[in-house]
Amino acid sequence: MSENLTVNTERPKMTSKDLVSDQEVRWCPGCGDYSILKQVQTVIPELGLNREDIVFISGIGCSSRFPYYMETYGMHSIHGRATAIASGLKAARPELSVWIITGDGDALAIGGNHFIHILRRNFNVTILLFNNQIYGLTKGQYSPTSEEGKITKSTPAGSIDHPFNPIALAMGAEGSFIARSMDRDPAHLKEMLRRANVHKGTSFLEIYQNCNIFNDGAFEIFTEKKTKKQETIFVENGKPLVFGANQEKGVKLDGFKPVIVDIVDSSNSVNDLWIHDEHDRVKAGILSRFFDNPALENHFPRPFGVFYTESRSCYEDELNKQIEYAVTKNGKGNLDKLLRGKQIWELA
Amino acid sequence: MSENNEVLDRVIIKFAGDSGDGMQLTGSEFTNTAALLGNDVSTFPDFPAEIRAPQGTVAGVSGFQLHFGSVNVYSAGDMCDTLVAMNAAALKVNLRNIKKGGLIIVNTEGFDPKNLRLAKIAEEDNPLTNGSLDNYQVIKIDVTKLTKAALEGSGLGVKEIDRSKNMFVLGYLYWMYNRSLDNTIKFLEEKFSKKKEILDANLKVLRAGYSYGDTTETSMRRYIVNPAPMPPGTYRNIMGNQAVAIGLIAAAEKSGLPLFYGSYPITPASDILHELSKHKNFGVRSFQAEDEIAAMASVVGASFGGHLATTASSGPGIALKTEAIGLGVMLELPMVIINVQRGGPSTGLPTKTEQADLLQALNGRNGEAPLPVLAACSPADAFDTTFEACRLALEFMTPVMMLSDGYIANGAEPWRFPSSDQLDVIKVNFQKEKNDGDKFLPYKRDERKSRPWAIPGTPYLEHRIGGIEKQHETGNISYDPENHEFMVHLRNDKIEGIADYIPEQKLDSGPEKGKLLVLGWGSTYGTIKTGCIRAREEGYEVAHAHLKYIKPFPRNLGELMYNYDQILIPEMNMGQLLMLIRAKYLIPAIGFNKIKGLPFGVNEIKNKIIELMK
Repeated sequence: MSENLTVNTERPKMTSKDLVSDQEVRWCPGCGDYSILKQVQTVIPELGLNREDIVFISGIGCSSRFPYYMETYGMHSIHGRATAIASGLKAARPELSVWIITGDGDALAIGGNHFIHILRRNFNVTILLFNNQIYGLTKGQYSPTSEEGKITKSTPAGSIDHPFNPIALAMGAEGSFIARSMDRDPAHLKEMLRRANVHKGTSFLEIYQNCNIFNDGAFEIFTEKKTKKQETIFVENGKPLVFGANQEKGVKLDGFKPVIVDIVDSSNSVNDLWIHDEHDRVKAGILSRFFDNPALENHFPRPFGVFYTESRSCYEDELNKQIEYAVTKNGKGNLDKLLRGKQIWELA
Repeated sequence: MSENNEVLDRVIIKFAGDSGDGMQLTGSEFTNTAALLGNDVSTFPDFPAEIRAPQGTVAGVSGFQLHFGSVNVYSAGDMCDTLVAMNAAALKVNLRNIKKGGLIIVNTEGFDPKNLRLAKIAEEDNPLTNGSLDNYQVIKIDVTKLTKAALEGSGLGVKEIDRSKNMFVLGYLYWMYNRSLDNTIKFLEEKFSKKKEILDANLKVLRAGYSYGDTTETSMRRYIVNPAPMPPGTYRNIMGNQAVAIGLIAAAEKSGLPLFYGSYPITPASDILHELSKHKNFGVRSFQAEDEIAAMASVVGASFGGHLATTASSGPGIALKTEAIGLGVMLELPMVIINVQRGGPSTGLPTKTEQADLLQALNGRNGEAPLPVLAACSPADAFDTTFEACRLALEFMTPVMMLSDGYIANGAEPWRFPSSDQLDVIKVNFQKEKNDGDKFLPYKRDERKSRPWAIPGTPYLEHRIGGIEKQHETGNISYDPENHEFMVHLRNDKIEGIADYIPEQKLDSGPEKGKLLVLGWGSTYGTIKTGCIRAREEGYEVAHAHLKYIKPFPRNLGELMYNYDQILIPEMNMGQLLMLIRAKYLIPAIGFNKIKGLPFGVNEIKNKIIELMK
């Protein structure tokens, strides 16, 4: 880093209010995005970051307006490319705290390629994918996460696309931190945001977000009190997979096959259950497949929490190492030497 | 044998063979030796898109053309004096480019029945025996056999032996043109410093080639090409892509910024990525992205972060980058995009040269999205033009497009390189403080209409930018019709205003007023220059001007052109600069177009000039 870029910092401790920009928030009233914005503004002051070092980069879509509402550095870029822009920024400026705001269309349709490649490169950034299973900004077409048969403006006879499972996709793309949360559970969301940011590497957090205009209630079964306990399973590292209205059910592994068991009224006890290990890639893979249509009988509950995390070197650190090594090995670049090249001749 | 020596003022040699025959290496070694001897040189490699096209076939022919002289040479030349043909296919492809009476050196083994069949030549039509080469001087050498003989007992395998036969040809040509082997010996010693047996074999065959000339062809004529009258100074040889890479590093050093280069491999631009990746000790961050779109997007990100952010590609890649370049225009961040043009459209002719991306550079984005466009005119000039593109990007906070092409990228010429202190300092001032009382206005303009560059990490200047139309000065989202029109004009005025900060257009040669001005841009420079010199030698007082700045045009371009009755614009496209000149200056300029994936020939230019001036 040249001296040109060094900046000294001494400013008062940041509060949530400091993160609120002067721009009027223009999401539809009732949109799940409000809750996510609030939790992000709540958690950041607790992370020990300098405000001037924070950069929010988004693509296109409803969620991508997010940077305008954050009193940090920000860029509202072009459709699908936030991950690629963030890669360039992070390669250039590893010390910055870079947050990517994207949606199911932005990250998984038009930006699918950049999404998988940032995961494998493992830049130290945080990706928040607002999944509402619909295209909101373009007023209601199906998205890559919409369920089969979905009736939308562009699929009046029902969608014939098979949807992505974003968690499984991130697993396949070598993600080093993969988690899911929801807009309607602020405490859990806040904890996941914190963990995502603390993780060194590309943190991928899928957030189920309700679009109350074009896809209202898409995640109701997971978020509403009446069904939430039966239909979700909140995983925690080292804890058994337990769920149900009265925590009466659990998931057991029969070899590689997950089985739902009753732990109150049967021969199974909590001691027989699958203990969540967020460092176990194989088990995380199985867990990521808990993606059944809740309408099916004997379906598995939808997991929330950290599916998988691993410690792996980050692209920008390796890049820096290569630069340092090149300087150690060949000495700091000498422009005159470079201009001369290897072979010169004099003409009088 | 000095009585057999003929002095020539310039020679064009083409080395042609199978793409595995090492003709590129042979050509570039001969070039380096010629340059060291003080000849002026210009080269052009011509190779197939396939890495190893079927051996012995016409599709697999790889060529390297070298023009060297005791006079100044400005292009790789058209018709060759000497052709080296390693096989029948190489002769078939290149015969039409040999001067009548020219010298053809053939490897006879490359004309055996198998090679004839691969070149689709019937055995009875073997050009070595059917008299079709009677108008040329043909030297037949069984290079393969002689190489084998030289390496007998070396213990090397058939493949390794076969691979060193290009050294035999090189040694023979060194004898013929009275060159010393020293430079190539030094080169081989470095290249094979860790492979003693390969080094020994190459040296042996190189010397065998030289001795073969000395001992067997005693009646043969030899040639002398004396040093050229070059401006005094220190020179090196430089290829266009290499010049671009060095230009980027130099601009980074002179602006005090780290260099970021995000790119995706594409012919013929990839060598820029390779060259830059070698220079990590300059702090160069080269990033091979997952696609062209990501490459350009990464450049936008790095630019936001305060780096000298750059990329290069070729036509189809530039097409993919356009959306992110448009974002760069909207964000008004500095970045440099190099387009090493190739034949199009679509995949087109990846290894051939063309100038058909000029209008794409100017207009290939949605909306009114102006940016400066510069064009390099030769391999050495690619350094200066790249440096200048970086200067404009940084001083005016804008993406800049620099046009090169396949001919410049892979061509080489002597370069009287500058020292680092001869290069201008590029001033970059990051915004450190609020610029409007208690506020920071990211789109407040200076006298050049350039906006402040406030990079993340700077306290109190947090701000948001984006692709949506923005309000003047604040940068906030604005859909106000008046504001949009204002901003469209403002962005355009900023780019057009650069004309006040670039040199006026100069004539390259010829009279200041007269009948005809030839106006060119890009890699046609050397050919047009030579064509004009030849035409003047024949009494036609033609002038030549060559554009480096295409957007904006130099302020005086109109006045300069009005001094001539006619303007001729040769281009390797269907008339793109022609259209711009006609539209802007309302003059009936005449186009002269060639779209064959090949550069113009000097005679083509000269004849066109004479046709118009007669």
